[in-house]
Amino acid sequence: MSRAGNYIVPVLVGIAVLAFWQWAVGHWQVPRFVLPAPSAIAHSFSDDRAELLSATWTTLRVVIEAFVLALVSGVALAIVFSMSRAAELALYPYAVILQVTPIVAIAPLIIIWVGYENIDTALLILAWIVAFFPILSNTTLGLRSADRDLIDLFRLYGASRWQILWKLQLPGALPYLLGAMKISGGLALIGAVVAEFAAGTGTATGLGWTITEAGNRLHIETMFAALAILSILGVAIFFLLSALEWVLLHRWHESAVSREN
Amino acid sequence: MPVRLKGISKTFESGLQAIASLDLEVRDGEFLSLVGPSGCGKSTALRIIAGLVAPTTGSVEWTSAKPEIGFVFQEPTLMPWRSALGNTMLPLELKGIARGESETRSRDALKRVGLAGFESAYPRELSGGMKMRVSIARALAAAPKLLLMDEPFAALDELTRQSLNDDLLKLAREDKITVIFVTHSVYESAYLSDRVIVMTPRPGHVEADIALSAPENRAADYRLTPQFADNARKISTALSQAMGRAA
Repeated sequence: MSRAGNYIVPVLVGIAVLAFWQWAVGHWQVPRFVLPAPSAIAHSFSDDRAELLSATWTTLRVVIEAFVLALVSGVALAIVFSMSRAAELALYPYAVILQVTPIVAIAPLIIIWVGYENIDTALLILAWIVAFFPILSNTTLGLRSADRDLIDLFRLYGASRWQILWKLQLPGALPYLLGAMKISGGLALIGAVVAEFAAGTGTATGLGWTITEAGNRLHIETMFAALAILSILGVAIFFLLSALEWVLLHRWHESAVSREN
Repeated sequence: MPVRLKGISKTFESGLQAIASLDLEVRDGEFLSLVGPSGCGKSTALRIIAGLVAPTTGSVEWTSAKPEIGFVFQEPTLMPWRSALGNTMLPLELKGIARGESETRSRDALKRVGLAGFESAYPRELSGGMKMRVSIARALAAAPKLLLMDEPFAALDELTRQSLNDDLLKLAREDKITVIFVTHSVYESAYLSDRVIVMTPRPGHVEADIALSAPENRAADYRLTPQFADNARKISTALSQAMGRAA
């Protein structure tokens, strides 16, 4: 398929589905509070513009902060793990426990500890917990995967532990880290929204709250609008991180080599 | 004689004994090959000389200060995120040499291994033989007095291997580098070496020490001479004896 076709076909499918949806809602007289027509959702976008924009910004801020926090703390702890087996033995099990315990189950506890008055901090912690683990485990693996012979070569020329880390292990771990970032970016968004659901209404003001509130008031079109924004955010995060991956890896990494023949 | 190994043995933590009592004198400026079956401790011996592995017993003695050592591995072991030039500059960079000088010397080293024009190419854009040339340029850039090579051309096809053999011989002579070359190819060692040490299977020790008579300037047609055939036969015979004793 041609390059343009790769974009045109899915867009045409989307338009066709929307057109059928619009027609079907009118034709079968589906109630607005069950399934609103695409046009009604579009109206919600303009009617609730201020509220949606502010909710989007609130959620996005939590996601970005949690993601950056996960990135920094995950890479830092991975560096500690790669340098000390003892640290890994002592701490890794707890990282796994944090990872496997469902975030919805931890959320009430974190919110009580941090306090309802600091709900943004609670959301940040919850989104961070979800986004942290892929960064930690992938980067640890990447740092460990440095070529033994190259490490010997560095030692032969008198490299320090930090030179080996900075010039050999970190660049080698970059493909692992970038893969993990794509996963963590999506998870941070999920974590932020789930945490808002757990926090309940009236305190948090992000897109998760918008969906809960709109649901309670049977404003189904607003729910759809918020949902659409969440999807767009998720896709945007993924594309942004994929672009970053391409920029950093395309000169040298096998994953970026195009197979034309 | 830049280096002497005295009674070197190496037993790994796993209990595997790689080398038993290895005595070896390396003379200044010679091209010395270590030949032996896989697992006879040749690679371990090189790593002990380089100071990367500590021997269990015995000692490595340098007549004067420990010289600048270059190491070429079986694989090119290049960093895929660095260009040919970037890879060649690594040793100088680690030794703290100024960027300008290190770049000049690295460009020169790449030119000498026949890679002028490929400075900015990344390893994935290079063939196996070219990657090995970058690996050799990297070792040469640091101006070694002793070059340790661990079966460097084993993974290459015959034609590439022969052309690399010729270039290596020329470069080592030009720079007066002492070379210790590990291989399991009788013909490669017969072509390259001034002297060949044949080692027994694990645990390795010296089976035979064969000085080869060969013209100073060898070319590809040297492989067709009776002198070459005679050298190869000597090495081959010693190798069969080494294998037979173990069996």
